[in-house]
Amino acid sequence: MAGGMVKSENTNTSTYAGLGGWLILPTWLVIGFFLLLPVGIMLIYSFLTKEFRGGVIWDFTFAAYDQFFFDRGLFGDDPAKIEWTYIKIFWRSIWQAGIATIFCLIIGFPTAWFIATRTGSNRSIWLFLITIPYWVNLLIRTISMKFLIRDTGPLNEWLMSMGVISEPIHMINTNFAVQLGLFYSYLPFMVLPIYASVERYNFALSEAAADLYASRLTTLRQIILPTVKPGIIAGCILVFVPSLGAFLAPDLLGGAKTFMIGSLIEEQFKGNAGNWPFGAAVSMILLSLVLIVLTYYARQQSKAEQG
Amino acid sequence: MAKKLDLRRFPGFLPMTWLCLFLLYAPLIIVMIYSFNDSNSITQWGGVSLRWYKDVFWGLEAEKFKLAAIHSLIIAVAAATVSTTIATMAATAMLRAGRFRGKSISFALINLPLMVPEIVTAVATLIFFSTIGFTTGLTTILMAHIVFCVPFAYLPIAARMQGIEDVYEQAALDLYATRYQAFRLILLPLMAPGVISGFLLAFIISLDDFIITNFVKGAGIETLPTAIFGAVKQGIKPNIMAISTLLLLVSVVFVTLSYLVGRMGQNKK
Repeated sequence: MAGGMVKSENTNTSTYAGLGGWLILPTWLVIGFFLLLPVGIMLIYSFLTKEFRGGVIWDFTFAAYDQFFFDRGLFGDDPAKIEWTYIKIFWRSIWQAGIATIFCLIIGFPTAWFIATRTGSNRSIWLFLITIPYWVNLLIRTISMKFLIRDTGPLNEWLMSMGVISEPIHMINTNFAVQLGLFYSYLPFMVLPIYASVERYNFALSEAAADLYASRLTTLRQIILPTVKPGIIAGCILVFVPSLGAFLAPDLLGGAKTFMIGSLIEEQFKGNAGNWPFGAAVSMILLSLVLIVLTYYARQQSKAEQG
Repeated sequence: MAKKLDLRRFPGFLPMTWLCLFLLYAPLIIVMIYSFNDSNSITQWGGVSLRWYKDVFWGLEAEKFKLAAIHSLIIAVAAATVSTTIATMAATAMLRAGRFRGKSISFALINLPLMVPEIVTAVATLIFFSTIGFTTGLTTILMAHIVFCVPFAYLPIAARMQGIEDVYEQAALDLYATRYQAFRLILLPLMAPGVISGFLLAFIISLDDFIITNFVKGAGIETLPTAIFGAVKQGIKPNIMAISTLLLLVSVVFVTLSYLVGRMGQNKK
């Protein structure tokens, strides 16, 4: 579930042979017309000239990409230097998404393992409990987190009343708050694929390792982790990719210092910047980054299937 | 046997699982508790009351939220209906129609909305509607929602269809049923739990969407999440807690329904 894929395995059933093209046509019309085509137009837009207050002039230019990568001074005629502002925003986004992914893995792996080793209906109840928060509105979850970690929020109040701290810990508008928000947003994405691969793990392998005097840690490192690696990679990607382009967590939990790609893009369309070609260019760069990650993943998967 | 069980267990994994559940639920439960707070401030606890729920339904901003809720509901029902229909047809094509041209690329296409980052989809859709000169409003929101609902509706439908052998339809065909009859009278009833489950998931996904809606909604048109976001930008007020709790409960009820329907189907099999 949740971002996973259902593989089409029994391709042999052909009750409706010959109708395949017609049955898939609506999918093509909807996704092709309202997603594939728009992404194509967005690519064209990223090469157009900006018009002030949104919109574009149909003049072909590299200006948007130039603005992203190069600094040509105030009047645009200095020798080109590398512009670090936007690269830094990307780097920060990658960093924040990476930290969130690691935290999700630390909490998610033991959870997935624990659930996968339950039996019968117990297992599906645990799994269901993990899934529910994912379906709760992301906006509401982010607002809840914002409320919880405010300077005068319940967490600080509680810690102070317990005497753990004397001054409220300032968490909101920090990098930590954004990482926490991303972690909280996508934690179920980590648990589900790892759960699926642990469920398929053959415990006879653990027994064999134990019979050969492997310690539990050695078994975990040398037998279990390599076997469930595809699930771990899938989980990491399902957390990392949406975190990279996240908007709500950095916008509501972060401040100016935690500006991420999502906010940069939003500002070009809804905010004050109003530079559509630049927004389109940033979106294209983000999309390329995501496609690189996904291609790497697909390669790994096909390698794992062959090996 | 004892040894086998032992190998499945790692010290500390149970506490980690509890920690995971705690982290997932604590913020939501705290917001639910504070939604019953009888105080004007969101920090001070002033006893239990329903005043903020009253405020949501009859207060100053009630009209705004009511209209937004109606918009959200219309869009979610329409988007879920259309995307479930499309996804059912797609699943039949992918799992029941043998080989056809462009099959593997079609599979990638169905999952495309899950691959493209939401904000990129939002930007692309906005630019697209602007280029073809389509006025943004409820229709544009609906179109965008149908797109990203398709893969979510597809997952449970395809999973269900995979579990149904095609012998029943073949038997029907042998008895001179047309293929349409075989589909309508055999396959569709058998996979009904998958279809209902898909519809419910698509409904929640549409109801929950903020980013894409925020981009393609026209000026003045709000759905519940965009209205809540707008209000939160002014600061979290107690009525936001109440409305969040309500929306949270709607999601939980629908997911539970979807889960139960899916299981009901499995037991029958």
